Amino acid sequence: MTETRTDDADVVTPLGAGEALQPVDPRRVRSRRASAAGSILPPLVMGIVVLGGWYFVSYVMLDAERRFLLRPPHQVVKVGFLEWDHLSEMLSGLWSSTRIALIGLAISIVLGMLLATIMSQAKMVERAFFPYLVMLQAIPILAIIPLIQFWWGSGEPIWDYPVIGYLNSRVIICVIISIFPIIVNTLFGLQSAERGMHDLFTLHHASRITRLRKLMFPAAMPAIFAGLRISAGLSVIGAIVGDFFLGRGEVGIGQLLKKYANNLQGEELLAAVVLSSALGVVVFLFFGWLQTASIGRWHDSED
Amino acid sequence: MSAATTAQGIESLAFENIGMTFPDGTEAVRDVSFTVRKGEFVTVVGPSGCGKSTLLKIASGLLEPTAGRVVVDRNRLGYVFQDATLLPWRTVKGNVELLAELHDMPSDERAQLAEEAIQLVGLDGFQGHYPKSLSGGMKMRASLARTLTLKPPIFLFDEPFGAVDEITREHLNEETQQLFQREGFAGLFITHSISEAVFMSTRVLVMSARPGRIVAEYEVPFDYPRSPDLRFDPEFAKLSGEISHTLRGSHS
Repeated sequence: MTETRTDDADVVTPLGAGEALQPVDPRRVRSRRASAAGSILPPLVMGIVVLGGWYFVSYVMLDAERRFLLRPPHQVVKVGFLEWDHLSEMLSGLWSSTRIALIGLAISIVLGMLLATIMSQAKMVERAFFPYLVMLQAIPILAIIPLIQFWWGSGEPIWDYPVIGYLNSRVIICVIISIFPIIVNTLFGLQSAERGMHDLFTLHHASRITRLRKLMFPAAMPAIFAGLRISAGLSVIGAIVGDFFLGRGEVGIGQLLKKYANNLQGEELLAAVVLSSALGVVVFLFFGWLQTASIGRWHDSED
Repeated sequence: MSAATTAQGIESLAFENIGMTFPDGTEAVRDVSFTVRKGEFVTVVGPSGCGKSTLLKIASGLLEPTAGRVVVDRNRLGYVFQDATLLPWRTVKGNVELLAELHDMPSDERAQLAEEAIQLVGLDGFQGHYPKSLSGGMKMRASLARTLTLKPPIFLFDEPFGAVDEITREHLNEETQQLFQREGFAGLFITHSISEAVFMSTRVLVMSARPGRIVAEYEVPFDYPRSPDLRFDPEFAKLSGEISHTLRGSHS
């Protein structure tokens, strides 16, 4: 949409004269501003409608003794976010889960990109690995948690040990759930460089490493970022789900969710859900920003 | 100095009885022999799918012919592709420097070569632009500049202006013709546009439909530099007509 050049520019200019970029059309700027209002207003209205519906259910549909099922929004904010005891408990749980998710994601990125790179270099390796990766992806995470717990236990992360300490059950769950999009997207990206560009590198006797470094990796960046955003979200889910089902060890947001539900602490439960989803959103936005910052200059992403 | 005066220069590229049959049984090219000398700009015209581009792939070593042999110095071969094949993550300057980079030239030399080439194709001021903000014609110029940095004694052009509009194409034809004069390379150009072929070349070869064979050869008598108005010269029209006639004859 930002394309402002046309081929007409070539018509009037003699050899040696550079054509100037057309200035940005002011009408376009205005319409962009108008569309900003258009993109903020609908979700705002929707949010108000949802809040209204929430109050309606709390106060009109539920009678006083059943109101604990859905506390009104201001009650959730007051008990869940404004009472420091509750909030600090949730924040420390959230921090623990965030740490798990980030370590899992980091391992996924390193391992996934490495594997995809090897797969891109040898068709045999790709063929050998692919069916098992699909199987790994197809395993419902809940089915594998007992097995992971069986092998690695559900103990606390041993932060003091540099490498081994991170490889606890929670991190492993994050890796299993988040590595697939990294591998698939990196591999797809590495294979996305056009034939003509490969010919160009072939003509000039580029080595395998040069081709990988100067052609295949840069070409793969948009796909890698797309994979990163998916994996980051999945890793957060993995950290919370793992914590929820392992149920022991360092308390993360998953265990808190379970505790609040068991104790019928509706306000805290809803607040913890909001915080969990906020974590997912922040991670997603961060990688979106990272993508724009690193490849936005040359690549137009779809969103 | 007119390029025509050096037409009897040394052989830069020779095809000797080249034949190409693909593994699927398609015979793309049959018994093709011709040479391109220094100071010559030879164009091969032919219908779509007649194996014209295959010839360039064979010349450059991207394809191994199934018959015959090619004599050419592949270390200094310029190849301009059908698409601009610019790397979208590099600026114009970065793209133009690519080949010198692949040939391990030091960075200051690289930058200087790139700057010269960018000036030569008229892209000054666009060094920092990414391909996404360039028009089709400008992308093609950047692609030309990239090849120019190697100062290749022989240039292969694979229908490079097929994707741009008619007016831009004529403009690029003139610029290419001027570059040919200035740089004195040997050129082998592939196209299906007769007007483009006659306008730029010293010699036009007509290729038949698949399997591609050279069925006729025309010397183009006009002196360089050629003015855009040459296209409306009766001699130009006559020669174009003859070539067109041969092309149609070879098609049936």
